[in-house]
Amino acid sequence: MSNLAYDAAHLLGALVLMMSFALLYQRRLSALLNAFTLQAVALAAAAAWQGYAQHSHHLFITAVLTLVLKAVVMPVALRRIVVKLNIERTIEPALSIGLTMVAGVSLVTLSILLVMPVTEDATALTREDLALSLSVVLLGLLMMISRRNAVSQVVGFMSIENGLILAAIGVAGMPMIVEMSIAFSVMVAFIVFGIFLFHIRERFDTLDVQKIESFRGESQ
Amino acid sequence: MNLIAVIVALPALSAGFLALIPSWRMAAWANVAAAAVTFVVSLGLFADDTGAGWLFVVDAFNIYLVVLTCFVSLTTSLFSATYIRHEVETGRLKALNLRFYHAMYQAFVFTMLLALSANNLGVMWVAVEGATLTTVLMVSLYRTAPAIEAAWKYFILCGVGIALALFGTILMYMAAQPVMGPGLPAMTWTDLMGSVARVNPDILNLAFVFLLVGYGTKVGLAPLHAWLPDAHAEGPTPISAVLSGLLLNVAIYAVLRFKMLLAANGAAMAPGPLMALMGLASLLLAAFMLYRRRDIKRFFAYSSIEHMGLITFAFGMGGPLANFAGLLHMAMHSLTKSAIFYAVGHVAQAKGTQRIDKISGLTVSHPALGWGLVLGVVAIAGLPPFGVFMSEFLLVTSTFARYPWLALILAAGILLAVGALVMRVQRMAFGEPDGAPVPVHGSLIPLYVHLALVLVAGVWLPEPLVAWFRTVAALLG
Repeated sequence: MSNLAYDAAHLLGALVLMMSFALLYQRRLSALLNAFTLQAVALAAAAAWQGYAQHSHHLFITAVLTLVLKAVVMPVALRRIVVKLNIERTIEPALSIGLTMVAGVSLVTLSILLVMPVTEDATALTREDLALSLSVVLLGLLMMISRRNAVSQVVGFMSIENGLILAAIGVAGMPMIVEMSIAFSVMVAFIVFGIFLFHIRERFDTLDVQKIESFRGESQ
Repeated sequence: MNLIAVIVALPALSAGFLALIPSWRMAAWANVAAAAVTFVVSLGLFADDTGAGWLFVVDAFNIYLVVLTCFVSLTTSLFSATYIRHEVETGRLKALNLRFYHAMYQAFVFTMLLALSANNLGVMWVAVEGATLTTVLMVSLYRTAPAIEAAWKYFILCGVGIALALFGTILMYMAAQPVMGPGLPAMTWTDLMGSVARVNPDILNLAFVFLLVGYGTKVGLAPLHAWLPDAHAEGPTPISAVLSGLLLNVAIYAVLRFKMLLAANGAAMAPGPLMALMGLASLLLAAFMLYRRRDIKRFFAYSSIEHMGLITFAFGMGGPLANFAGLLHMAMHSLTKSAIFYAVGHVAQAKGTQRIDKISGLTVSHPALGWGLVLGVVAIAGLPPFGVFMSEFLLVTSTFARYPWLALILAAGILLAVGALVMRVQRMAFGEPDGAPVPVHGSLIPLYVHLALVLVAGVWLPEPLVAWFRTVAALLG
């Protein structure tokens, strides 16, 4: 692989990771969805570039699917839900923003320390892509933990899936079936999430997961 | 080899067909018929040769799980038909929900059979993900606030678990790809088993940790079990029965497939201690939690966590005897726990409540049902002569021979759980029944068929089954 191919792939992977950090410090839902859209665009570009560099055409399909589903369909649909259900537009973090960022940086360090030593015989690009994607996955987890709002939990879940796609495109010749399934599952997951958002709205008049937690079958 | 394709396709086709039937009565019986056909065809696997294609694999390990899954889904569909009738008559479920329910039931069976028989890591992952989605939809069937909360929690926790499992799957491919070349073979079980010895063990270890945590969430292992009691308690009882009896087995099966790869590699870490620790933690946690449960379905859900802990511990111990005990326990727990949920479903309908302290004198007011529950609890507590006794006995003795201290903790956990089971069931089954007895028109056939099978297994195991268990126990390392 030439230097340019390596540099570009590295840059795009890092962009996806950067948008993961951007997701962590958003205080408004609209800004959160914007950051998610940018992450999806960066991911689609990364997939397309890998498709070009590896000469594997099915990665272009992955790129298009990512672009259509995650950069267009889902943000638009989530925005509609936010408007239609008149959800609180600000996000109340369970952890303070500063603390979340510190935790995020430590998670990235952790994943680099974890991945680099065990992958010594893989190509440099694969290794670094893997470290980046593990970071994106862990940051997505952190976001799901540190946010109480159901919409931002959905966004956190989808950014975990972004990290998984980033990992899958970085490994040479990963069979098509997995990428298709990711795209498909995200779509199905979104439908389910959507249904849930509506039902939760019906029952609770709020999308604050913290309040739902009080409905414990045991305690009543 | 073509037979397995038919077996997997049957429930998928039935799901589409059931979605078209408007009458819930007809759909319930069509559901039974579909499950029966699938079960009868699955029996043909015993005559058919085992083997592997690019999509499916049938070997000593999954053949009995496939047949068990078909069997339990048949008996559960029978139970479901009578259970659903009562729920509609009391107005808890609407006809529209049921059309969806029956289609989802078959879709769920399809995903489980696909996960069990897939020869491809990716396909198996997709199937487990599909099983999660279909059950989430069924858990929220009642549309009450606790049901939706349970489904949401289930979805978030298992969604994250499934995501981690996919990361592990990608790592597994990444480990195999330099040795086996890019493409499909590096994701195929049977090809991987042949070349895994040359694979980089470090990446394999990393992959296994992600897979254990990921699929372990679906098994309901200790720190990741939070979704399980809620999903069992708030969903319809037939779904609790298949969740406990079948889905947890499928998740364990997935973990074990990867454990086989690690065992075949040689240089990779020994996954045993990690699994044994998680198993023991689940066992002890569930045993203590059993004492404070007030909801009958939640109570038996914790009992499922306990037994999943036992099974994981058994495979963590490894060795021919403990592995044998684990495999046997998977089958016995599946039959017994689903039988208990059949009883519990009708008990909750007869008494109009799921609260344990409001249920009493079952053997007086509903003798057949009450005694069925008592027998089921005796079986799940691991008392002789039922099959669970045999597997637990085998596990404790094989552990005692190697690590006496661990066996002590193990036995303490089992006894604690037995105490809780006896205490609770005594209150529910005996004593004065409160209120006038409400008749239940449930079918008790599935319940007693399961109990009879567990009893027979406790006394005598068929020779081919023992031979398969031995083969698989050796492969598991």
